[in-house]
Amino acid sequence: MTPEMERAYIGRKFIDRAAMLASSLAVALALLPLIALLAYVVSHGVRAFSASFFLEPIGARGAGMANAIVGTVELVLLASAMALPLGIAAGLYLAEYRSTGLARAVRFAVDIHAGVPSIVVGVVVYAVVVVRMKQFSAFAGAISLAIVMLPLVTRTTDALARTVPDSLREAALALGAPRWRTAIFVVLPTASAGIRSGCLLAVARACGETAPLLFTAYNNRFFNESLADPTSTLQVQIFTYTMTPNADWHAQAWAAALVLVAIVVVLNVAARLLVAERS
Amino acid sequence: MNDSVDSIRVRPARAGEREPAAKMRADKLSAWFGSKQALREITLPIVERKVTAVIGPSGCGKSTFIRCLNRMHEVVGGARTTGDVVLDGKSIYGPEVDPVRVRRRVGMVFQKPNPFPTMSVRDNVLAGLRLSGIDPPDPDALIEEVLGQAALWDEVKDALHSPGGALSGGQQQRLCIARCLALEPEVVLMDEPCSSLDPVATAKIEELIHELRDRYTIVVVTHSMQQAARVSDYTAFFYLGALVEYDLADVIFTKPSDPRTEDYITGRFG
Repeated sequence: MTPEMERAYIGRKFIDRAAMLASSLAVALALLPLIALLAYVVSHGVRAFSASFFLEPIGARGAGMANAIVGTVELVLLASAMALPLGIAAGLYLAEYRSTGLARAVRFAVDIHAGVPSIVVGVVVYAVVVVRMKQFSAFAGAISLAIVMLPLVTRTTDALARTVPDSLREAALALGAPRWRTAIFVVLPTASAGIRSGCLLAVARACGETAPLLFTAYNNRFFNESLADPTSTLQVQIFTYTMTPNADWHAQAWAAALVLVAIVVVLNVAARLLVAERS
Repeated sequence: MNDSVDSIRVRPARAGEREPAAKMRADKLSAWFGSKQALREITLPIVERKVTAVIGPSGCGKSTFIRCLNRMHEVVGGARTTGDVVLDGKSIYGPEVDPVRVRRRVGMVFQKPNPFPTMSVRDNVLAGLRLSGIDPPDPDALIEEVLGQAALWDEVKDALHSPGGALSGGQQQRLCIARCLALEPEVVLMDEPCSSLDPVATAKIEELIHELRDRYTIVVVTHSMQQAARVSDYTAFFYLGALVEYDLADVIFTKPSDPRTEDYITGRFG
């Protein structure tokens, strides 16, 4: 090696190390907020945990958050029941008729929809549902959450259904299967592990959404009596308690935050496991 | 090249046999992908309960041709056809014809084995029926029968519930043949069924084709002239999207009348 090449080689090696170091640092920095958040939420949240937190509603003496926990679960289940079948069906359509003009237009619309701020969704549902029902309700809250979930489910289903090889579609069509049966009985099961995990991520997202609920499900100090009543959720209750000067309520908000984070982490881990199971 | 269906002479495959009946006929069949023409006015009979091989170099339109015989060509975006294909005297391209029904009568086996990965061996065999919304009255008997016909029963009878994708390539292809036979098709189209298989598996499929011709009308597309010579009764040679020559396999492989056929089968091009 000539001395020039030697020098260039040493220079390259140095740049390589420096770049490696810089990117490792970036990774550490990117992870720092997440770790800090988890540590902070856990350390503050655990202190307010007690039996009454999980068993008593907000409005009762010794105040817990049982009604908010139930409310979050209720709203997310209801929203999932609306958004998942619709989103999966729409995603399948987009994948199976991917090159039609309608599919392109819908895909574009879904992308825009995914970018709509969730507070806007809340305002619109307020105007369209809450004002007409003349009441905040679990129903209105679930609709807002469903609207937030819908584009996520649709795009995941679309993307995963498109990874199903065309040879399988052709196999089904050549067996005399109509297109719709091919989509439902061949494409959907083949992509199902990925679609299920995508659905779980959308559910996790809905668990954390607060803005769409502020003026739809609103809040309630007690268990709701029907889906037409205002309903408390962990998200909105955290917001409400944080705005007060009461230290006891702050502690409760931390505990509620911990429960929410735990739900989201569990759903994410479940989604990972589903994908791992497939491959 | 021949101008009309009737001008093609169909000779008996063996001395003493009667003039064979055509199960299907392509009549001036042309096919396009977008603006690219893949088939040029093909006129060709498919003789009942015989094996017809379609040979020719890559890109000659032979796969496109058989995909037109069960209306799978049009599944691809931008694909279209002109001319006609007749099955038992009736056009399969008529306006009132549902392609789904054509495909149930004219089954297809693909180049690459494509069993459904989410289904067991058993469910793969029944898939055609279930995908048509039919529940077979005696599924176990049907499965044994068609897997037997596909010469696969002995190898998989203890593994009917394992996934179809877990079988070897050759077994997967025979599973796909069984899946096709379960619909009791009248015609079986095979698009280079052995091209992804090893020689042993290839020999098994060829043997199978031999046995199946007593019950089904078979069209095999193949790259291999040896294979065409071994399995077929009639052979059609395609070149650049057109039919160059069609005759008894023995004639094509011993005294072809077109010099291009001779050049191809002697390996001078292709």
